[in-house]
Amino acid sequence: MSAVAVEGVWKFYGDYPALRDIRLEAAPGSCLALIGRNGAGKTTLLRIVAGFSKAQRGQVKIHGNDPRSTETRRQLGFLGHGIAVYDELSALENLTLYGKLYGLADPRKSALEWLERTGLERVRNGLVREFSRGMRQRLAVARAFLHEPSVLLLDEPFTALDDRAIAVLQRLLREALAAGKTIVMSTHQLREALELATHVALLNRGQLAFDGQCTPEMAADPGYIYAQYGEA
Amino acid sequence: MHYFRQVAVVAFKDLRAELRTKEAINASLAFSIVILLLFSFAFDPSEETMREISGGLLWIVFAFAGTLMLNRSFARELPNDCLDALIAAPLPASALFLGKCLANYVLVLAVELVSLPVFGIFYNVHWARQFPELLLVLLLGTWALTIIGTIFSALTVNIKLREVMLPMLTYPILIPALMSAMQLTTALVGGTPIGADNVDSLKMLIGFDIVFTAVSLVLVETVLVG
Repeated sequence: MSAVAVEGVWKFYGDYPALRDIRLEAAPGSCLALIGRNGAGKTTLLRIVAGFSKAQRGQVKIHGNDPRSTETRRQLGFLGHGIAVYDELSALENLTLYGKLYGLADPRKSALEWLERTGLERVRNGLVREFSRGMRQRLAVARAFLHEPSVLLLDEPFTALDDRAIAVLQRLLREALAAGKTIVMSTHQLREALELATHVALLNRGQLAFDGQCTPEMAADPGYIYAQYGEA
Repeated sequence: MHYFRQVAVVAFKDLRAELRTKEAINASLAFSIVILLLFSFAFDPSEETMREISGGLLWIVFAFAGTLMLNRSFARELPNDCLDALIAAPLPASALFLGKCLANYVLVLAVELVSLPVFGIFYNVHWARQFPELLLVLLLGTWALTIIGTIFSALTVNIKLREVMLPMLTYPILIPALMSAMQLTTALVGGTPIGADNVDSLKMLIGFDIVFTAVSLVLVETVLVG
């Protein structure tokens, strides 16, 4: 069974079809890089997969289940454009909050562990509003990984990250793949993404222009896939 | 049990965030005290007049001050896209909504309980003569205000003019609850306990709370996710 299955998904904004009959699958333990120009529909598709938005036609299944079911949400980790942590709370309070919402056995212990893994243990009691941008991004990564999700949905995960945060994220993603977790990420940073990707899907104006394995040509030349399958 | 723990987690998170910044509670409290002060200077009402308008004045102040607080409820989740993370978390939308309602309820009640003595001082009114019954009306009326304000705060969270839209949407729906609360409060502040002539207002307030709490809990998933 696919970890993520997108079955004939259509999404309209008014009359404009943002997604047209998208059919995709991501097997357990694979990393699917979702690429495309601005406005191609990557974020819209990821939001539908995450259950934040509903498709007008078609459906999405996560491990065979509806993305909005409670059990599925427990298995999903989402890292979007925003860091999704509260400026008024400390790093530890933020992670403990999410640990409680995800029903972790010991939310504080998990929070401390992830603060250490992302190099934030020394500022654990500092308010997020006092953090640098890089620290905030690392905290966002910790928040997305905190509940050990089996499917990670990442929307432009490398955008605006500093070098250290990129290194932390790439290490965590490699560990996640090695542990058999599934990753679906939309990205413009092809070089970082294609280092990890096992599969690539190219969206072009809401349509799937390419869906297949990541080949050595793609990994060697990030522009290759656009030249072969993208818009002129 | 797990459901109510999730409700409590959301409520405590909102209360903690609000008490750290005090953005909404300061604005709400300042607004209610300033309005009470301005009315007392503008009209200088007699004791008789005051008894007649006390319920209306208090609930208008509570409704406006409450809206200032309720506007922030879901808007607080917008910076950093925290609302997405809450929607993604494995808690029912109704638990998220109920948690937010409880936090708002505590904050709005706190403003009301500070405003009441201020009202008593500025207008020279012995408002506490029927205190237990007045407290009951406050609890019921504030829940009505909170439940309607919170569901519409969720509905308008992505609208740019949400500060304008929220009162425009909530006040018309709140009219039955506010009318009942005003009538009961006027009677209670005047020293008349709830009796046969105004028990229907109390029933209306209780019914309003039950119906709109149930409707909101059913609809909130659709409101948040579509």
